[in-house]
Amino acid sequence: MATREITYLEAVREAMSQEMRQNEDVFILGEDIGVYGGAFGVTRGMIEEFGPERVRNTPISEAAIAGAAIGAALTGMRPILELQFSDFITIAMDQMVNQAAKTRYMFGGKGKVPMVLRTPAGSGTGAAAQHSQSLEAWMAHIPGLKVVQPSTAYDVKGLLKAAMDDDNPVIFYEHKLLYKTSAEVPEEPYSIEIGKADIKREGTDVTVVATAIMVHKALEAAAQLEKEGISVEVIDPRTIVPLDKETIIDSVKKTGRLIVVHEAVRRGGIGGEIASMVAESEAFDYLDAPIKRLGGKEVPIPYNPNLEKAAIPQVPDILAAVRETVKYK
Amino acid sequence: MMKTLKLPEMITEEKLKDLYKQMWTIRYFDEKVDQFFAKGLIHGTTHLCVGQEASAAGSIAVIGTKDKIVSTHRGHGHCIAKEGDVNKMMAELFGRVTGYCKGKGGSMHIADVEKGNLGANGIVGGGLPLAVGAALTSKMKKENYVVLCFFGDGASNEGSFHESVNLASIWDLPVVFICENNQYGMSGSVKEMTNIENIADRADAYGIPGKVVDGLDMVEIMNTVDEAVQRARNGFGPSLIEMKTYRWKGHSKSDAKKYRTREEENEWRAKDGIKRFKEFLKSEGVLNEEEAKQLQDAALAEIEEAVRFAENSPEPSIDSLLEDLYA
Ligand SMILES: Cc1ncc(C[n+]2csc(CCOP(=O)(O)OP(=O)(O)O)c2C)c(N)n1
Ligand SMILES: [Mg+2]
Repeated sequence: MATREITYLEAVREAMSQEMRQNEDVFILGEDIGVYGGAFGVTRGMIEEFGPERVRNTPISEAAIAGAAIGAALTGMRPILELQFSDFITIAMDQMVNQAAKTRYMFGGKGKVPMVLRTPAGSGTGAAAQHSQSLEAWMAHIPGLKVVQPSTAYDVKGLLKAAMDDDNPVIFYEHKLLYKTSAEVPEEPYSIEIGKADIKREGTDVTVVATAIMVHKALEAAAQLEKEGISVEVIDPRTIVPLDKETIIDSVKKTGRLIVVHEAVRRGGIGGEIASMVAESEAFDYLDAPIKRLGGKEVPIPYNPNLEKAAIPQVPDILAAVRETVKYK
Repeated sequence: MMKTLKLPEMITEEKLKDLYKQMWTIRYFDEKVDQFFAKGLIHGTTHLCVGQEASAAGSIAVIGTKDKIVSTHRGHGHCIAKEGDVNKMMAELFGRVTGYCKGKGGSMHIADVEKGNLGANGIVGGGLPLAVGAALTSKMKKENYVVLCFFGDGASNEGSFHESVNLASIWDLPVVFICENNQYGMSGSVKEMTNIENIADRADAYGIPGKVVDGLDMVEIMNTVDEAVQRARNGFGPSLIEMKTYRWKGHSKSDAKKYRTREEENEWRAKDGIKRFKEFLKSEGVLNEEEAKQLQDAALAEIEEAVRFAENSPEPSIDSLLEDLYA
């Protein structure tokens, strides 16, 4: 497959555009996704190519547009909803949680809701408390939703293809600070299985499971630790529902140590789920050190740039956690 | 001496001059912020109300210190009009500890609770239900204050708008809902996003009065809001007032403004609310050109001082990260 280097943002757009060219049922709706090109520019140029019927610029009505996507999905369309900031899921939440997630099951296996809710998450842009959250654990708690969190341009294209092909509601988290990162990405459409983790770096001493932007911070930490003679394995689950338990368990059996890192507030975050999953598994016997969780501090994201950085795990926090963990023999 | 026009009784000649200066304070504040953003000296995002000074200044002019306002993401003007301190505002934008939110909130969360400003809001439509609650307190505790609830044309398509107006209506609460219709949300024009001529027409659906005013005409704004405030204060419930206005700048930073034409922008700029108010004050004999210039210069000096204050203020300490979460 021919590849070229494109950004994460371009990969999202390319995945959608390729799908829309070959499937008339796929359309996108959302706020300011028309000539404005979306708050982050992801849909730029799409209304020009696909027209306003298939790139539907909506009023500021998150509950209605989420519900409309669900209703359209139930009746034969395959909508992509762009939610401008993931924080606004609060307003779309009733529709996603009480309708989208449950419809098929409640109806006794009838009907399906093939839709993707794409939304930018995370801090680091100075947008403060109501525009910087990482709320994926809420979504992960709801049976019936799938939750995807890609960390690279390559993964985002393949996972978005899989999400659009999926017959279930998928919450697709894009990280704002990753939009400008780039990678070699195939030109042709391809699919990455939802529920398959990726070992981003192999190692033997400690397993670091990291999500979204924390994958990059973990890799940076791992490169530094290598110089100290510590070999870190970095696993990116890529999708938190379903979670690839096997890859994580196998890694912990090999290293005997586990650290989980995410940007979301530590309390109630997906790290707790991963830690308990491992503690309940056969990997428990292999653990040489207590499991560690790194996550956001238990505060809203503050505006001041120094405070904003201090609110979430940074490379030095990962370095410290790894060094502490390897002390256990 | 004022000649002819009828104005609310609290609007004295002195007050008119203050308002003229205040409009310049608002404009200079946001012009300054715009420059800082362009130079990358402030991070995050901001929403400027340049061009919309009249709806903030004129509305808030007719309420008292004990009355309250609920603001929006485009809230610098509201804050200044509600006796806000430009030093604290600028310091907040710089993320300094001397700012309104100790550097934790930024532009979208500036609040001055002591002065009755219940805050800007990062959530479109997020303030409307809060205004209803604040008005409920006024009624239940017999405090007799009125709440001015600002929101945009875009916000009027959120469920929270409809639920809030209905609730305030059935409970006869002292709120004045003020829609600053600047013709666009982020990019969606009000013409495309609603199928009605006026957002104020929605008042009918909830059984309250709805009025449309020229949002660049200080006199019309003051008189209309005053009437709605009196009605609310006397226990007759809420009103909805729509002010037709225009934001001169882009929605926030980095807006190519592809959704509107430069001609349209120029038409609205020509209708400048500040210039219009000056002409009015001159024709009424309240102000001459020289006094007008002095007031304008004084406003600029205040903003320059605010910048100095902000630049010389310390950053918050990292220890403050965990402070102020719970009461
Ligand atoms: C619930 C929610 N949806 C979307 C946004 C993103 N957003 C911020 S301001 C804005 C436009 C708001 O338009 P309007 O209410 O007319 O206010 P204006 O910006 O014109 O002052 C949008 C879409 C948001 N902050 N909150
Ligand atoms: Mg607007």
